[in-house]
Amino acid sequence: MSEADGLVRLRQPIGVTYNWSAGPNATSHLAGLMNGKFVGKRCPSCALVYFPPRNGVCPKCAKILAGDVEVGPKGTITTFCIVNVPFLGQKIKLPYVAAQILLDGADISMQHLIQECEAEDVRIGMRVEPVWKDKSEWGPSLENIQHFRPTGEPDRVMGSESGAS
Amino acid sequence: MALRDIAIVGTAQRPSEVNSTFTSVEILLPVIQQLLDKVGIERSDIGFWCHGSCDYMSGQPFSFVAAVDAIGAWPPIIESHVEADGAFALYEAWVKIQTGEVDVALVFSNGKSTSGPIDQILSLQTDPYMVAPLKPGFDALAALQARACLEAGVVTERQMAEVAARSRRDAHNNTIAFTKGNESVDDLLAMPYTLNPLRAHDCATPVDGCNAVVLAAGDVARRLAERPAWIRGIDHRIDTQRLGARSMIESSSAAIAAQKAGVAKDRIDVAELHAPYTHQELLLRNAMGLSESTHINPSGGALVANPAMAAGLARFAEAAESIFAGAADRVLAHCTSGPMLQQNLVCVMEGE
Repeated sequence: MSEADGLVRLRQPIGVTYNWSAGPNATSHLAGLMNGKFVGKRCPSCALVYFPPRNGVCPKCAKILAGDVEVGPKGTITTFCIVNVPFLGQKIKLPYVAAQILLDGADISMQHLIQECEAEDVRIGMRVEPVWKDKSEWGPSLENIQHFRPTGEPDRVMGSESGAS
Repeated sequence: MALRDIAIVGTAQRPSEVNSTFTSVEILLPVIQQLLDKVGIERSDIGFWCHGSCDYMSGQPFSFVAAVDAIGAWPPIIESHVEADGAFALYEAWVKIQTGEVDVALVFSNGKSTSGPIDQILSLQTDPYMVAPLKPGFDALAALQARACLEAGVVTERQMAEVAARSRRDAHNNTIAFTKGNESVDDLLAMPYTLNPLRAHDCATPVDGCNAVVLAAGDVARRLAERPAWIRGIDHRIDTQRLGARSMIESSSAAIAAQKAGVAKDRIDVAELHAPYTHQELLLRNAMGLSESTHINPSGGALVANPAMAAGLARFAEAAESIFAGAADRVLAHCTSGPMLQQNLVCVMEGE
């Protein structure tokens, strides 16, 4: 409380601690990341492979996902944007590329950072691979990957996939 | 405008558990599938989906969006969400069917009350400027109300213990219930206070749970259920959020809602009251004018299983099931929300 200007101010921060459970499906995905593996899940109905496995269900079929599927580690850029705008808390040097990456064997893409090339060279269909952080920094998170970088392989023609990327 | 006849034609509930390791989506999906199978319809037959839950309980903004995964949103569906108990989602679905746009709606709700300190989380519903910063605690607010009721002579500790004893006994017949017991009223009165004048059994059991019901109009309802539970009246009223400005020894919002819903027009066989504290059941019975001939909470009520945000819709499910089974002809379902019975939704259903 302070009364310097004749007003009484009260700071009363409210905090709540939760026991959050990732659920059995996301758990195998998160455990995979702690072992340096990309583990997704397959829908028993439509056979699409989800990485990440969202909330453990296929939203198209409303079925519980079943069976771990290891995907990647390489993937293909399905779309991207070049970030030029500085913002509070900016950690990465501008300009940088945020891309949707379809890991090999997966049917939905995930977002990650593209580094080790010029932003203007990034393109749809570009093949990329993960660069992992030092193992000592790993946790149950996609942040275990520092970024993705180009592999130098020939581009993949996009649009030939069956997936819902 | 003539109102359409709308009925509950099916219900499904997940047995209560604590510290569930499943996500909300994972616990919802099987219940919705079970309900569709029971009613004998496909997802494509549902014209409107409405969901009740609370983001504060999962600690994630927009966590309710994930629940759409549990209902399958492809091809696109028409759905809505209320940041409240599923009973309020049922009210929205009832209005949606009244518009004539759809004939069948599926209402569902979920709450994992044991994944956080529910007493603190629910008290965040209070006025954010003057009350919430004091962190009053939901149980403590109820205890203040109980104290006021006792001192005014509106309820007695023995009556409160009678409510608990009856609820814990009835819970044996309910597979969804979590807390069960065979204690006598005197046994319960001998228990220590946990939050004077409340004892542990005066407060609802927080559990993780979910449920779903199907609503349908007119002949569609008659085709889907042998004995639909027809909604004859439904009303929602709110007392002021200024806790010091309302009477703690009566519930005027519950009284008005009951009157508007037509509770007094005929005898009520079964009343499923959402009363998370024993004295609140007594207040609600007074407010709604329920007589001794009404069977109160044959399910055991929220005292024996209170999945927050789903416990109100559970009352609708239980009341409708007693119509389906032919055990009752005219029933009342009730849901409360907010501290000290701030909001009250009352619904009267009848069999044909």
